[in-house]
Amino acid sequence: MAEPLLSVTDLVVRYGGRRGGKTVIDGVSLDLNAGETVSLVGESGSGKTTIGRAILGLAPVTGGTIQFRGQKIDNIPRSRRRQIARDLQVIFQDPYSSLNPSMTVESILAEPLRAAGVTAGRDRVRELLDAVGLPADAGRRYPREFSGGQRQRIAIARALALEPSVIVCDEPTSALDVTTQARVLALLADIQKATGVAYLFISHDLGVVHAISDRIAVLNSGQIVELGDARQIVSRPQHPYTRRLLMAAPVADPPRQRAKRAQRLALLQRDAPEEPAAPHDAVA
Amino acid sequence: MLLYLVKHLLRAVAVLLLVSFATFAMMFSNGTGVARAVLGLNASEEQVQAKVAELGLDRPLVVQYWDWLTGAVTGDLGVSFFTGQAVTDALETRVPVTLSLIILTLLLTTVISVVLGVTAALYGGWIDRVLQFIAVLGAAIPPYIVAIGLVFAFAIAVPFYPATGYIPATDGVSAWLWSLTLPVTALLIGSVANAAAQFRGAVMDTLTQDYVRTLRSRGIRQSELLFRHVLRNSAGPGLVVLSLLTLGLIGGALFIETVFALPGVGQLSILAATGGDVPMVMGTVIFVIVLVLIVNILAELLGALLNPKVRIR
Amino acid sequence: MSIDQHGLDPSADGTAALVAEDRPPRSLLRSLLRNPFAIASLAYILLIVVVAILCPWIAPFPPNKTDLSAVNAPPFTGGHLFGADASGRDILSRLMWGSQQTIIACVLVLTVALILGGISGLIAGYYRGRTEAVASFVSDVAQSLPGIVMLIALYSLIGPNIPAAMAIFGVIVAPSFYRLVRSVVVAVRNELYIDAAKVVGLSDARIVGRHVLSAVRAPVIVQSAFVLATAVAILAGVDFLGLGDPSQPSWGRVLSDAFNNIYTNPANVIWPSLVITLMILSFILLGNALRDTLQASFRSATLRPGRRRTLARSAQDERVAGVNDLTPPQDVILAIRGLKIGYPTSNDEVREVVHGVDLDVRKGEIHGLVGESGSGKSQLAFSTLGILPREAVILGGSIFFEGKDLLADPARMRAARGRKIGYVPQEPMSNLDPSFTIGAQLTHGLRAATGLSKSDARTKLLALLARVGIADPERLMRLYPHEISGGMAQRVLICGAVAADPELIVADEPTTALDVTVQAEVLELLRELSRERGLAMVIVTHNLGVVADICDTVSVMKDGRIVERNDVDTLFAAPADPYTRDLLVSSRQVELMEAEDG
Repeated sequence: MAEPLLSVTDLVVRYGGRRGGKTVIDGVSLDLNAGETVSLVGESGSGKTTIGRAILGLAPVTGGTIQFRGQKIDNIPRSRRRQIARDLQVIFQDPYSSLNPSMTVESILAEPLRAAGVTAGRDRVRELLDAVGLPADAGRRYPREFSGGQRQRIAIARALALEPSVIVCDEPTSALDVTTQARVLALLADIQKATGVAYLFISHDLGVVHAISDRIAVLNSGQIVELGDARQIVSRPQHPYTRRLLMAAPVADPPRQRAKRAQRLALLQRDAPEEPAAPHDAVA
Repeated sequence: MLLYLVKHLLRAVAVLLLVSFATFAMMFSNGTGVARAVLGLNASEEQVQAKVAELGLDRPLVVQYWDWLTGAVTGDLGVSFFTGQAVTDALETRVPVTLSLIILTLLLTTVISVVLGVTAALYGGWIDRVLQFIAVLGAAIPPYIVAIGLVFAFAIAVPFYPATGYIPATDGVSAWLWSLTLPVTALLIGSVANAAAQFRGAVMDTLTQDYVRTLRSRGIRQSELLFRHVLRNSAGPGLVVLSLLTLGLIGGALFIETVFALPGVGQLSILAATGGDVPMVMGTVIFVIVLVLIVNILAELLGALLNPKVRIR
Repeated sequence: MSIDQHGLDPSADGTAALVAEDRPPRSLLRSLLRNPFAIASLAYILLIVVVAILCPWIAPFPPNKTDLSAVNAPPFTGGHLFGADASGRDILSRLMWGSQQTIIACVLVLTVALILGGISGLIAGYYRGRTEAVASFVSDVAQSLPGIVMLIALYSLIGPNIPAAMAIFGVIVAPSFYRLVRSVVVAVRNELYIDAAKVVGLSDARIVGRHVLSAVRAPVIVQSAFVLATAVAILAGVDFLGLGDPSQPSWGRVLSDAFNNIYTNPANVIWPSLVITLMILSFILLGNALRDTLQASFRSATLRPGRRRTLARSAQDERVAGVNDLTPPQDVILAIRGLKIGYPTSNDEVREVVHGVDLDVRKGEIHGLVGESGSGKSQLAFSTLGILPREAVILGGSIFFEGKDLLADPARMRAARGRKIGYVPQEPMSNLDPSFTIGAQLTHGLRAATGLSKSDARTKLLALLARVGIADPERLMRLYPHEISGGMAQRVLICGAVAADPELIVADEPTTALDVTVQAEVLELLRELSRERGLAMVIVTHNLGVVADICDTVSVMKDGRIVERNDVDTLFAAPADPYTRDLLVSSRQVELMEAEDG
């Protein structure tokens, strides 16, 4: 069994110092192997985004380790990040904020290339635009001239520039319309088929990830409550929280949704005594 | 809430000490220069040295500051290098003049600017355009030029108002107001122009908030929406505008006092500075700092009262 | 008037810069030159600069040359274009020579302020933490004294040394650049493209150079114009007060000489006043023009009031003529006919975004209004309540509620709003007034709609809050919005919508901002409320799962038109329109089947 590309062990992320601090991630461990898609699913406040940011070096690691290709990457200096950047990239949620509005698309795509010391040829940029289904002349234009879905494609192209082996996708389709979302997910699947890149896919929506994931980790309040094969999690969830998540997402089919709703209500009554108070009803 | 207040008071004291020391150092560091300024250009070396010793200007700076500070806390700000008059005595007669000018202008500005700004924000249209025009003009014409223009128009061309002089309120309130009419008007024009535009901005920002739309959807009438909800939420930024405004008024008052020969603190500071009377200058600077700090603390206090996020802690 | 604070717009915190375009310098000049104010300002400033450079050659007289025969000469006499002062010196020449001091002062103030304030703002904004705390404290202290007071105090130290005074004034004004640059940098730092650059491994220096500086450039340029305006005003003021060098000609001194002489020769004050004021005005107008060009704010175009009235009148004429009258069936509580909504693109033109929409909602029916962003569904929802944004124009159509056209009579709309038609907004936290307790704002709303007494309203609300799932209603009423969670806030908003016992609820994406588990509960609540009270609902959403869960009837909207309408089972089983089919296919790709019992 090959060593995992990315390995997170007992990760702890804590903000705010000793008194009155907040533990956002409380002992999370997971692995990502080459070519696979592992999804992190959780609601707001679960810590899923923080895990992604810690892996990318955007959040400080208080405890535990993160290893990439066997090397420690938690709390390393920026210069070391540059070396890893060729291999570990990111796509963010907000297509409006993730592209600098005053740079042309071409310079946005060339930036990672230049940072890695690769000559950013026009051809390479055109290649990338092509890979995400954007016209060749898009390079000369500015982000504001594109729709949300198109901007997200530009962000994907930027992530692909250095041919990484792992891309952290931080809710890449949450801000998009449902038809655009479907197309972007299809694009991500195609890219994985063509390049063999591995995805760490972060989402609040089990529905979005279940079709594209190999394995799913369900997060609640900074801890993984369930981790396993995607199909199994979705069809035979073990943990009550996972069950709640599954049952709560409505399906676009009235008769099936009616059945699902009945099932959910029955489940709630059955699980009710074991449930802790729903965290989102607490006073802030 | 109490902690908030104490924190701000301490901060104010720190600022007071810092600025007073910096100013003191700035003015008293060149002992010989000060002595020479007092004696005039024709003084001899020995006379200057004697003056330096007499005024204690050869002592270390920190010692001089400490002396001054301990005196200031007890109400003794030193004596004039020229007249020997106690600085506090000189300030006593002049502070009411400056305060009258500033406070009257502040009150009038607030009332006029709030009305103008709120109307412009609510109704837009030509009121808004007029407001923007006035804002530019008011910013472009410095207070001293406005003052000169008023003197020209109302004291010379049409000799109606007094061009100079101040009548204290103790001599009759109407006479007092009369003597202040032109000076207040001069300050008012520029400050209304500035403040009204900013109030307009603050109200517009509130009007575009989601909760205003939701409250409207509940059936709350426009007038209640405005007076209860919009103004309340615009008051915070409004206070910021007012405290900045007061700062500007203090600076502007200086020029107004010069043009209209009002015997206020500003006029005193200029006379003292040009004459090299550093203790007097120091006294006027302290007056200004204390005034600014009081205004800031009041604004912070009111702002905290209005903002539940600060109040509830 | 705050002489030190020209153009310090509290809202100019740099966020406008983030959405603004950064144009290359060449086209900046070109667009600037399209603005007549900019042209005039640049011309005047250029004139003064040229005069300052060339005055040794073009000034009619040396600045201090006295001519006793010309004492107090009126303008246009004896070679003195602007007249002469009390010592017989030519005013025009003195003003020309004075422009040198003005230009030097401007350069000094701007350079010192920009370097000091700009660099400290950059460092403080980027690294934050203690550096920022210290720098901000220093900046606050420096700003807490009026500049002129400091300059007067400084006079005791340096005497009539204008260049030094102006350099110190630059230090005094530096906080305005500090604040501006710091706030822009802080805002930019939070942008995701900075995170992307960090992931790529760009060093901080490179990030600042490539990304941060480009965002800072435009607001700094705009602010510089205003700082220069302030510099001119302060310089002339300092000279006017007599704190300048008496042997040097300066605009302020010419002014004070003229003023001291105002009774003998009043006209002399006009020239220096004009010269000074025009210079300050030019910088301010230039600053405004630069702001308009560089920081294209997305303020929507405003329609001329006359045009708006015409459009409103023709829409009303249609209503009166009964153009839209298709008498709706008895059990239809809301019937929208031919509704057209537009937004202005200029003073006179309006672009239509909703193109003649028809919609029927029966009593007690939950009607889903589905569409993607830009379809116009929210516009439709807002129009039923009369809470469209101020710029919106209703170009035609009717909204029949309980048989009467709300658009035909604004009083009807006002009476229905809140009382008969309730609104549930999308984003829970931003839709609660932060300055009032939950109880206070709920009570205001209920009493405005129904005229209940305070205690009756309170009793009703307490019961309703319990009904919507709040554990401790008494306590909640005393809390402020910032003390409660998003899920609770949405329940409070639903409570506020339902409190006056309306007949119809219009909910704009009521669950989009909520977690999926909370969403399921809120949908359950809405369904129950509808059944209990016979409430009709219009639920605006882009989520077909929500529609399948709660709606009885569905209308699908695309590009301002309704493309399909049907009861929910038929629509999902056999969609007629290709767009509906596309939506369904995309939705089904990302949904889950029911879990097997495990």
